[in-house]
Amino acid sequence: MVEQLSWKVGGQQGEGIESTGEIFAITLNRLGYYLYGYRHFSSRIKGGHTNNKIRVSTEKVRSIADDLDILVAFDQETIDVNAHELHSKGIVLADAKFNPTLPEGVDVTLYSVPFTEIATDLGTSLMKNMVAVGASSAIMNLKCEVFRDVVEEIFSRKGEQVVAKNMEAIVKGAEYVREQDKGNLHQMELAEADGKKRMFMIGNDAIAMGFLAGGCRFMAAYPITPASEIMEYMIKKLPEFGGTVIQTEDEIAAATMSIGANYAGVRTITASAGPGLSLMMESIGLAGITETPLVIVDTQRGGPSTGLPTKQEQSDLMAMIYGTHGEIPKVVMAPSTVQEAFNDAVEALNIAEEYQVPVILLSDLQLSLGKQTVEPLEYDNIEVRRGKLDEHPDLPELDKGEYFKRYQVTEDGVSPRILPGTKNGIFHVTGVEHDETGKPSELASNRKNQMDKRLRKLKKLPEVFPTPVQIDARYEEADVLFVGFNSTRGAIEEAKGRLEEEGYKVNHAHIRLIHPFPAKEVKALVDQAKKVIVVENNATAQLANIIKMNVGSQEKMESILQYDGTPFLPGQIHQRSKELL
Amino acid sequence: MATFKEFRNKVKPNWCPGCGDFSVQASIQRAAANVGLEPEDLAVISGIGCSGRISGYINSYGFHGIHGRVLPIAQGVKMANKNLKVIASGGDGDGFAIGMGHTVHAIRRNLDITYIVMDNQIYGLTKGQTSPRSEKGFKTKSTPEGSIESAVNVMEMALSAGATFVAQSFSSDLKELTSLIEQGINHEGFSLINVFSPCVTYNKVNTYDWFKENLVSLDDIEGYDSSDRKKAMATLMEHNSLVKGLIYQNTEQKSYQDLIHGYADHALKDSELNLDKGKFDNLVKEFM
Ligand SMILES: Cc1ncc(C[n+]2csc(CCOP(=O)(O)OP(=O)(O)O)c2C)c(N)n1
Ligand code: SF4
Ligand SMILES: [Mg+2]
Repeated sequence: MVEQLSWKVGGQQGEGIESTGEIFAITLNRLGYYLYGYRHFSSRIKGGHTNNKIRVSTEKVRSIADDLDILVAFDQETIDVNAHELHSKGIVLADAKFNPTLPEGVDVTLYSVPFTEIATDLGTSLMKNMVAVGASSAIMNLKCEVFRDVVEEIFSRKGEQVVAKNMEAIVKGAEYVREQDKGNLHQMELAEADGKKRMFMIGNDAIAMGFLAGGCRFMAAYPITPASEIMEYMIKKLPEFGGTVIQTEDEIAAATMSIGANYAGVRTITASAGPGLSLMMESIGLAGITETPLVIVDTQRGGPSTGLPTKQEQSDLMAMIYGTHGEIPKVVMAPSTVQEAFNDAVEALNIAEEYQVPVILLSDLQLSLGKQTVEPLEYDNIEVRRGKLDEHPDLPELDKGEYFKRYQVTEDGVSPRILPGTKNGIFHVTGVEHDETGKPSELASNRKNQMDKRLRKLKKLPEVFPTPVQIDARYEEADVLFVGFNSTRGAIEEAKGRLEEEGYKVNHAHIRLIHPFPAKEVKALVDQAKKVIVVENNATAQLANIIKMNVGSQEKMESILQYDGTPFLPGQIHQRSKELL
Repeated sequence: MATFKEFRNKVKPNWCPGCGDFSVQASIQRAAANVGLEPEDLAVISGIGCSGRISGYINSYGFHGIHGRVLPIAQGVKMANKNLKVIASGGDGDGFAIGMGHTVHAIRRNLDITYIVMDNQIYGLTKGQTSPRSEKGFKTKSTPEGSIESAVNVMEMALSAGATFVAQSFSSDLKELTSLIEQGINHEGFSLINVFSPCVTYNKVNTYDWFKENLVSLDDIEGYDSSDRKKAMATLMEHNSLVKGLIYQNTEQKSYQDLIHGYADHALKDSELNLDKGKFDNLVKEFM
């Protein structure tokens, strides 16, 4: 009996690997297990090795497992590429069709199961994924019936017979493996889960849902991996709320259209990845100087240029903080869990309007696409705050030809905001430096006033932002403080646990508000630690440099970097920190 | 009812005396009053260039954006508030060089906005370089031996791209220009009005006199029918697009916002932002 295990299915892209993983995972999620998925895929639709690794546990998991218990292989390449991940008691379930063999030196159990043959006998080879699901269930000692719900949802459109055939495929797969029992089936029997209903979703789903719940009613975007699911969700859902999505001609149009729409009063977002963000840089500056709310999601992937478009990386950090020429107030938020991604999407909309600034909601490929179990998102956390926007003001008549002071210099830097269309409220907006009414002005004194006013807006944000740093710091005097951002949180937590078992005192800070940087919180934590290890998926230690800039303490800082396109495994962080301690 | 005077503000344009853009400004002000707008009903979005300053010279809501992006900004404004009349305007460099991609797609998209280009066949603000509208052989700072690229024929291009309203005018003809802008505002879809607006400082070839000599008025072409796309194309080809008047209008094609599935009847900016609990719970359940 085991409390958790790690299962992976692999084959050629377009061969049904996705659906095998989906049926397996959705079912387990409904049984109350916690899941955490990792998809390995390439930038092509058909062909090329792809795999989906899913960790299943009776307790919360937020990271990929170090090793593998069960590998389901639809081709020999899957075994060759992945078998080394299996531990010594691991099991390979492979389609007998390709006469599977184990690579030399890999000592695991191989079950050759006629996935394709069983499926073909039942009517169509397409059902081979069902046979594989059945075979997997036998190893974990799950009843075949548990899959019925999901099978019905997928196939009931096609009639009862198709449902029955697919169920039969599952049963046949399970029976075949049971008959072949090589004496190790019981080893991976999965302990029962709590049966509670939880969500199973990717970070992009949560981000999109957050926007919808936060009042976003328009989106302008251009497709790109790994951001497109946000747009797809909005396309599906916005019409129910009177809103819509425009797929623009490029990301410059996406950003500037969003600026136009936000200026005119509708909460509008756009989402992209590095290449799109690079194109949006000039627009971000326009939002900054015109004080137009703007929310942009950057789902980071391997850069530069096209880089590693389907791989994990966290290398846009500096570009997001500093990107655009000139100086503007800008917010960069980096949620670390799916739950947080939802909340931060709502919050990004609020902050953009309250401070009248561009907000970058930073994600990374693993957070955006890693499918995982999530406690039901909470309605009570949703709040719409529009700051100084007055939608229906009763304004006194302006003197002829005079303008409303849209850029009035105020103590907190935020000016009253009204929308175009308002009677007696005419004002001008320009990316040229302007006076309080928006009219262009090159006066030195005005320039200073307006620049100071804009930059003043975010001064207090780190203090009022709820949980700018996710802190798990039990030790007054820690041996080490781990720091990370976005999806590395789970892997760091696990590595931390292992080090603590070995007697180390370990604190962990995950930065959620990247910019303006919560220097006070982070400094306190840095001061509490003998060593600081910054864990990030890039080659130039960008977060570490941001911390050094804001907090100092260079002498304590170490980095664990990974930029080969793969997310961190807990074991990698554990191992490499021990080399540093 | 507002008169054109209500569309004046106190800002003195920084255009050179004699610049064609003055008349475009006056025409927009007159047209806006003539179609019955109040200043707050109008949003003028403009690009970067001498011409781009126009939004600051009209008493209406105005947004002076970045070079080449006037159309996406204008479309965003219209998407958020369909009750606003939106005029986009800018130079030939703004719309047909750096912003050409947006121009073609705005034409295809057919959102109900009016795009007025102040076409002086040159880059004015950056002091006289060639533009995609400069004729072959045209000598500028950036083409001292004369331009060796072909000028883009925007009127033909617009027709090919599926434009539903294409017009061209000349800034000396205030009356016609005003009327075309009115028709553009009233057209339910994307209207492109290209205005020959001479740059008296840097373009010594395409001058007021040159246009007076070379432009053919469509009114003078017997039997010209602006609903006939084929004829429009043939006429443009015959006259190398040096025509003025309403070239083509398709009143049948619905505008983008009339075609959106599920789109709100009210201005999108007036949407309810809060989700009710029942709806939210349904969204959550979809992931269970
Ligand atoms: C991204 C960018 N590139 C270059 C410029 C410099 N620039 C400003 S206006 C302009 C061209 C102006 O020509 P046009 O659009 O025809 O307007 P005109 O001044 O003739 O009215 C250029 C190149 C800029 N502002 N932004
Ligand atoms: S430079 Fe040319 S386009 Fe610019 S204001 Fe002067 S005349 Fe007009
Ligand atoms: Mg020009």
